[in-house]
Amino acid sequence: MCLAIPMRVKEIDGDSAVVEAGGIRKNIRLDLLENVEPGDYVLIHTGYAIEKIDRKEAEETLDLIKKVYRAGMTNDAEGLLE
Amino acid sequence: MNISLDSFHDPEIAGILTKKLQELDIKEPMTLMHVCGTHEHSLAKAGIRSVLPDRIRLVAGPGCPVCVCPAGDIDLAIQAAEKEKVILATFGDMFRVPSGDRSLESMRAEGSDIRVVYSPLDPVKLALDNPDREVVFMAVGFETTIAPIAASVLSGLPKNYSMITSLRLVPEALVFLLERSEGSLDGFILPGHVSTVLGRRGYSFLENEYNVPGVIAGFEPVDILQGILELARQVVAGPPFRIENLYKRVVRENGNTRANRMIYKVFEKSDSRWRGIGGIPGSGLKLKEEYGYLDAAERLGLEYDEEMVDLPEGCICDKVILGEAESEDCPSFGILCTPRSPVGPCMVSSEGTCRARYQCRRVQAD
Ligand code: SF4
Repeated sequence: MCLAIPMRVKEIDGDSAVVEAGGIRKNIRLDLLENVEPGDYVLIHTGYAIEKIDRKEAEETLDLIKKVYRAGMTNDAEGLLE
Repeated sequence: MNISLDSFHDPEIAGILTKKLQELDIKEPMTLMHVCGTHEHSLAKAGIRSVLPDRIRLVAGPGCPVCVCPAGDIDLAIQAAEKEKVILATFGDMFRVPSGDRSLESMRAEGSDIRVVYSPLDPVKLALDNPDREVVFMAVGFETTIAPIAASVLSGLPKNYSMITSLRLVPEALVFLLERSEGSLDGFILPGHVSTVLGRRGYSFLENEYNVPGVIAGFEPVDILQGILELARQVVAGPPFRIENLYKRVVRENGNTRANRMIYKVFEKSDSRWRGIGGIPGSGLKLKEEYGYLDAAERLGLEYDEEMVDLPEGCICDKVILGEAESEDCPSFGILCTPRSPVGPCMVSSEGTCRARYQCRRVQAD
C-alpha cells in the first residue's frame, strides 16, 4: 500500500501540480514538500508528492555499485557507500 | 552524466550483486526480515529468494497495513456503512477484507454506498459533492499514507466529512518484533517509502538500544539485492551494527520533517491492535482532541466490538505476519485460500504475503 511512483513535475500552481510519467499526466498536491520546481522528479503516493528524487544520489548509488562491487573491492564498499 | 532511474532494474548490475551475495562467507545461518508489502511484491516478482544463498532466510514481517487492520476496525466501517445517510470511502485493498462473515464488499452488494478511493482527497471531494450525505473515510495506512491523510485534514474539510482511523507506525512494530523474536532476527530491511517520512534517524534506536543492523532499501531489483547484500555483510562482520541508508535518492537523514510536523499536528500516538498479533504499545495514531470532531464513531454513535475474531479458523496469518511461518506452511494456502476466495487477510490485500506468494507461484509455473 506504500507503493509510490516517480513522476516529473510539469506545472505548479500553488500547492497543486501537474506531473507526468510515461505519457501519463496527473494532478497532484505538493503540501508535503517545500521548494519543488518544474522539472523536478518527485515520488507520488495517493495523490501527494511525498519526497523529491535526488538524481545525483541515484547516479552515485549506481556508479558505486558498478565500480565497487565489480572491482571486487568488496571490503571497502561500506565505506564508499556512506 | 545522464542516467536513467531504469538502471535500478538493469540485469547486469543485478547480476553483479547476486554474484557478490553468493560469494559471501556465511558461517551461521541468518534470518533477515523485511516489513513492507511492496518489498514482498518485488521480491516475489523478480524471484529474488531463489538466488539467495541457502544460509540467508528472508522472511516477510507485518508490512501490509490492510493485513494488520483488525476485524474490529473494519466492523466499525461496516456499522457506518449500514447507515442510510453514509457514503463510506476507503482504499481498494480494504474492500474485501473479512470481518466476521461480512466485508465492505458484501455490504455493498447489500446496498450500502461504499466507494473505493485512491487519495485522501477523494472523500473530501465526495463530501463536497454530496452535501446531504455523511462521508466517512476509513483511513488506513503506515507513515507513507498517514502523511497525505494529515495533509488532507489540514487543507480544510467540509462539515459532512468524518473518519475511522486505522493507522499504524512501523518503528513500534519493529520493537515488538525484536522483543518477541528473542534474538532470532538478525537484521531488518527497512521499508523505503515509510522511510521517506521517518528518515534514517527514525530507526536509530535499532543501533543504539537494540544493536540490530538495518538497511533502508528501495524497490527495484538492484535496490533489494544491494540491501540484502549489505545487511548480510553486517551480520557476517558482527557488531557494532548500523542503520544504512541505501535509498538516498529519496530518503533523507531526518526524513520529511514537514510531513512529520503535519502528522503530529493532527494525530497523536496511541496503543493499537494489529490483526492476529494483538496490542502493541504506541504503535498507532488517533485524532488529537482538537480534531476529535472528525471521529466518525462518536458522530454516528458506533460501538467498537472488542470480541471480533481476527483470524478465521485454520488461518495462520498471525505467524506469517510475524515471520514465524511461511504461507506455504498453511494447509489452506492455494487450496481453500486463493485470491479469488481469500480465507485470511494476507490473501486479500494485493500486498499480503500469501497473495504475493500465490501469484509468484503462478508466474513461475506458467
Ligand atoms: S493462506 Fe490464507 S488461510 Fe492460510 S495463512 Fe494465508 S491468508 Fe491465512
